[in-house]
Amino acid sequence: MSVSPTSGTPQSLPARIARQMELDVRLLGMVVALLVIWVAFDLLTGGRFITPRNLFNLTVQTASVAVMATGMVFVIVARHIDLSVGSVLGFVAMLMGAFQSQWLPGVLGPDNPAIWLLTIGFGLIVGSAIGALQGYIIGYLAIPAFIVTLGGLLVWRGAAWWVTTGQTIAPLDSTFLIFGGGIQGTLGFLWSWIFGAICMVAIVYLTIANRQKRKAFQFPLKPVWAEYTNAITLSAGVILFVGVMNAYPIPERAANRLAEARGIPVPEDGLGWVHGIAIPVVIVAIVALVMTFVARRTKFGRYVFAIGGNPQAADLSGIDTKKMTVYIFTLMGALCALSAVIASARLQSAANDLGTLDELRVIAAAVIGGTSLAGGVGTIYGAILGALVMQSLQSGMALVGVQTSLQSIIIGIVLVAAVWIDQLYRRRIGA
Amino acid sequence: MTDQTPLVEMRDIHVSFGGIKAVDGVSCTLNPGEVVGLLGHNGAGKSTLIKVLSGAYRADEGAILINGEEAAISSPRDARRYNIETIYQTLALADNLDAASNLFLGRELTTATGSLDDVRMEAETRKIMGRLNPNFRKFEAPVSALSGGQRQSVAIARAVYFEAKILIMDEPTAALGVQETAMVSELIKQLKSEGISIFLISHDIHDVFDLSDRLTVMKNGRLVDTVRVEDVSQDDVLAMIIAGQRPNGGQITNGG
Repeated sequence: MSVSPTSGTPQSLPARIARQMELDVRLLGMVVALLVIWVAFDLLTGGRFITPRNLFNLTVQTASVAVMATGMVFVIVARHIDLSVGSVLGFVAMLMGAFQSQWLPGVLGPDNPAIWLLTIGFGLIVGSAIGALQGYIIGYLAIPAFIVTLGGLLVWRGAAWWVTTGQTIAPLDSTFLIFGGGIQGTLGFLWSWIFGAICMVAIVYLTIANRQKRKAFQFPLKPVWAEYTNAITLSAGVILFVGVMNAYPIPERAANRLAEARGIPVPEDGLGWVHGIAIPVVIVAIVALVMTFVARRTKFGRYVFAIGGNPQAADLSGIDTKKMTVYIFTLMGALCALSAVIASARLQSAANDLGTLDELRVIAAAVIGGTSLAGGVGTIYGAILGALVMQSLQSGMALVGVQTSLQSIIIGIVLVAAVWIDQLYRRRIGA
Repeated sequence: MTDQTPLVEMRDIHVSFGGIKAVDGVSCTLNPGEVVGLLGHNGAGKSTLIKVLSGAYRADEGAILINGEEAAISSPRDARRYNIETIYQTLALADNLDAASNLFLGRELTTATGSLDDVRMEAETRKIMGRLNPNFRKFEAPVSALSGGQRQSVAIARAVYFEAKILIMDEPTAALGVQETAMVSELIKQLKSEGISIFLISHDIHDVFDLSDRLTVMKNGRLVDTVRVEDVSQDDVLAMIIAGQRPNGGQITNGG
């Protein structure tokens, strides 16, 4: 509350720039923290951390938690919590496993090309239904989300066991496995660059479109240098990322087997195939884009933030907060199902303990990413960065050889410290 | 004036909460273009009474008449249909959103594709704030960064933008400093000159005495009396608020 009222005098240019940089400072702080972690682990492991191979694995390992973290941002912003996401993931993964390996092949015949699509559709429906049910109990029966989803954590984990009475389901449909980001689940060299190019075109387009619109209404504009800096930095980030992912070669024998399966002749001097961007990362990118759009450009997103800022005000403004609660948890459930696809495809099997403790990782990712448990504040990109920070710590410590028990201690301390630093920062800028 | 059909008539309103009669058979009226001050101690029932009109509470008994016709108001949405806008004591603003988002909350402008048209909403907000509070500049900051008076002007702009004919202001200057109170008072005069009818709720007589045409005083959930401001002194009104005494010789325009 330290913001001084500047009534009377128009805001000066430096003040405006400082305000525009405010968002970037938060983001920048997280990126710097991430880089520090990476460099530190790289030094500790003698250069084994910042390698294309490790960074590729890091992105794939982060994907499942990152997808759910985007939904958790909405849940927490609206002053709720969802402790059931890990269990929902496990239950949906088991159902999808049984659906694609035991039920559908019997109906459609084995290796039917529609199996993967039907399975994912089925999973999304089940995940949404579970979310809607929990949202209904929270919104209409007025039982706190903490309790409902704590119950859900137990219920859905138990239900996951009952699907096959505890047996792991494998193998999964071969097309379904693409979503796990294994050797067959990447974009490859050319498509990775095409993907990168699409991202860059989008960055430039959005920058220009936004500027044009504000210009049309003669609003104050960001300085051009700030727009350039933003667009160039983001584009450079995309190029660097694609370059690194494309620098991770597929082992020759695996590549040859893959070429054989696809009917491509192997040249004398080898295929020289690379991984490129993993499919789960593409999913995260799409989810991030859609969720950011929903948060900023739709009534639904606006209402989520309004409820978090002042539930009473939202109610008095005619927003149906009960219905909104159902929608928010339905979305969370659907994202859990999407994560279940990624997680089970990555392990190439569905086990009933899949996603155990994910609720804590997801909540931690959202909170480290700047989502306030008091509600009303949070960003999608922050949550994804938060997920990446968490996974970097975990992978890094595993690589260094830190004991598992010590790993949890460190991650727990980092979580608390991150929120503390964030609060200090918020108090300083008076937000 | 007495022959005219009142714009709003609340007739014999009863509201109780678990056996406690918060409002006990109160009637009051608001004429077109008039400012009526609704006075009483904290807990006198004035906020409860007015929340019946704004749709936040439902009356157990009694009727609301708008332009002489009975109106069914059971939610804030219903009230808006009758062009009744309320500015709540607790300031119904979402602190984390900017002025434009708050102004249009629940009634957002959208583009052809159905997405939020933030730029147009900001343009509209700039337009109306330019009229109501020309010094207002913080269009991009969340309203938590605004002063009390600025927040109040956003809440008022919201009511005015959506063409309120009946404006309910619950303690509009309670949290404000001297200068800001003056600003809001000016705003109320301006709204009145534009033909908006206003219910002004306050526990402090000084806030409303100079702004109101008539004063309705409540005590312990009951109506004390309604008087014209020109017929009474501030001391008379204080006696009404504190002791529940009707003023001697004060002309009773709408006895209870």
